[in-house]
Amino acid sequence: MIELEGLTKRFGTKTAVDHLSFQVRPGQVTGFLGPNGAGKSTTMRMVLGLDHPTSGTARIDGKHYGELDEPLTYIGALLEAGGLHGGRSAYNNLLCLAQSNRIPERRVAEVLDLVGLSAVARKKPKGFSMGMGQRLGIAAALLGDPQILMFDEPVNGLDPEGIHWIRNLMKALAAEGRTIFVSSHLMSEMALTADHLIVIGRGKLLADTSMADFIHQNSRSYVRVRSPQPEQLRDALHSSGMTVAEEGNGTLEIDGATTEEVGELAGRHGIVLHELSAQRASLEEAFMRMTAAAVEYHAHDANAPQWAPKGV
Amino acid sequence: MTTAPYQQGPQPQYQQYTSPIPARRAHLGDALASEWTKIRSVRSTMWTLGVMIVLMVGIGLLAAVAVSASDADMQGESVLVLGFYGVLLGSICVVTLGVLTIASEHGTGMIRTTLTACPSRGRVLLAKSIVFFLLTFTVTTVTAALVAVLQAGLVGSGTTTGEEWLRATVGVGLFIAVLGLLALAVGALIRHSAGAITVMIGLMLLPLVAAMFMFSESLVDVRQVLLDYSIPSLLVAFYSDAGITDTGPEGWTSLGILTGVTAVALAGAFYALDRRDV
Repeated sequence: MIELEGLTKRFGTKTAVDHLSFQVRPGQVTGFLGPNGAGKSTTMRMVLGLDHPTSGTARIDGKHYGELDEPLTYIGALLEAGGLHGGRSAYNNLLCLAQSNRIPERRVAEVLDLVGLSAVARKKPKGFSMGMGQRLGIAAALLGDPQILMFDEPVNGLDPEGIHWIRNLMKALAAEGRTIFVSSHLMSEMALTADHLIVIGRGKLLADTSMADFIHQNSRSYVRVRSPQPEQLRDALHSSGMTVAEEGNGTLEIDGATTEEVGELAGRHGIVLHELSAQRASLEEAFMRMTAAAVEYHAHDANAPQWAPKGV
Repeated sequence: MTTAPYQQGPQPQYQQYTSPIPARRAHLGDALASEWTKIRSVRSTMWTLGVMIVLMVGIGLLAAVAVSASDADMQGESVLVLGFYGVLLGSICVVTLGVLTIASEHGTGMIRTTLTACPSRGRVLLAKSIVFFLLTFTVTTVTAALVAVLQAGLVGSGTTTGEEWLRATVGVGLFIAVLGLLALAVGALIRHSAGAITVMIGLMLLPLVAAMFMFSESLVDVRQVLLDYSIPSLLVAFYSDAGITDTGPEGWTSLGILTGVTAVALAGAFYALDRRDV
């Protein structure tokens, strides 16, 4: 379990992390979501004792990171920027880590096998592809067989096969009762992996909720209907008290209605329908709405869409 | 949006994962094993120390051959002084390795992994220093001894005393290894390989070069201090009682001075490493 209490980090006048308090619990994948520059990596570095908090604390099973004797056996971390020496063989990179924590040398071969890098154990990581580098970083995190795993943007730059692999690995690790804390700026990715969600923006906590609750609360559902008689249909919908938005080409969108209601209403008025379907707004859209005020750098394009296309 | 974050009630309890691997308490010895693996598993170690050995042996032999062929008069100096030139050039390799031992970790981001594995930053710095010191001390002393024996064989050792032999081998080994530690401390402070190597080479050569151009009468005292205490002057004291100048420190005093400076630099490096975010 990771516990944050009023964790704050200031760089000069800029507050990167602003009084963050939350817990990351075992047995589930907790997604840590926020736009670029929201303070996710800084928060993770403070949990690992790499950055010193300006105020507040981060504890692992009740202890500060520095109080852990063999930290790799408590918590394994994959940090964003590599974190291994490109000129030292994959095996030796892991061996020196294992030695510093008294982890038996046989674990090095075990984790390399687990991530599928046994064949390149004696090769140098500087010749590795992005996916192989990411796998090696995960092998390092798993070295001490820890209860807690922290991954900073693990799917960045990976191909679909690699993304699929990491997703399943995280789920399997959580199912063993481990605490999995994974950061991302992609809501769509988290929707597929995380059981719990922590959203931050500009260093502040925006949401701490289960994934199911987040989906329930944030996905707008509406009915899309297309008819050659749009005026009649709109009047009929209005008179029954529904909110209608016109989308052109005879297409209407009705918020908070069911397809049954709309279909029956059209039937009663004898209106022909060419399309009748239930739609859900994407979680990406909900995430962007939530963090809109907290986005660090906006693109200056007046015609840019407010958020990503629907369809997640 | 500025709405307050919504938080959820208590969660169901899960069975926490426990690893079958036995946890054993790690100490400095484990950090030493780790740093030994690191230093022996990168090419830069082999290259820097290899080049140093080639320089020391090559230049030492050339000097000895030149002296013995020309029947030059050693002017009362021990034959061992011929080893000085190779060591002076070789020291640049040791300085490079000292800087790389720590600065390359900052360059690659490995330092974050290292400190995640060992949150005691003092232990990391101490383990690095010990491993680096023992390795360079051993390599330098053995090479210096080999060169000295070869030179004595070629030129003839004359009246060289045991004390002089000790200074030219173990003494030089200690001096060079401490100089390397100073480079390691500078590397930890500057955290950038090229920058730290430049600073160290400047530190070694600039005082002597600057002193050469201080012709002004008012600078004569400054000039004398620079000539007496520049790093090459301290090193030459191990070979010759006369030294570059007559007033400079002699023999083991040089080692004491350099050790003092290095201790201060290492303390600064520890303070910086402990306080900084990485």
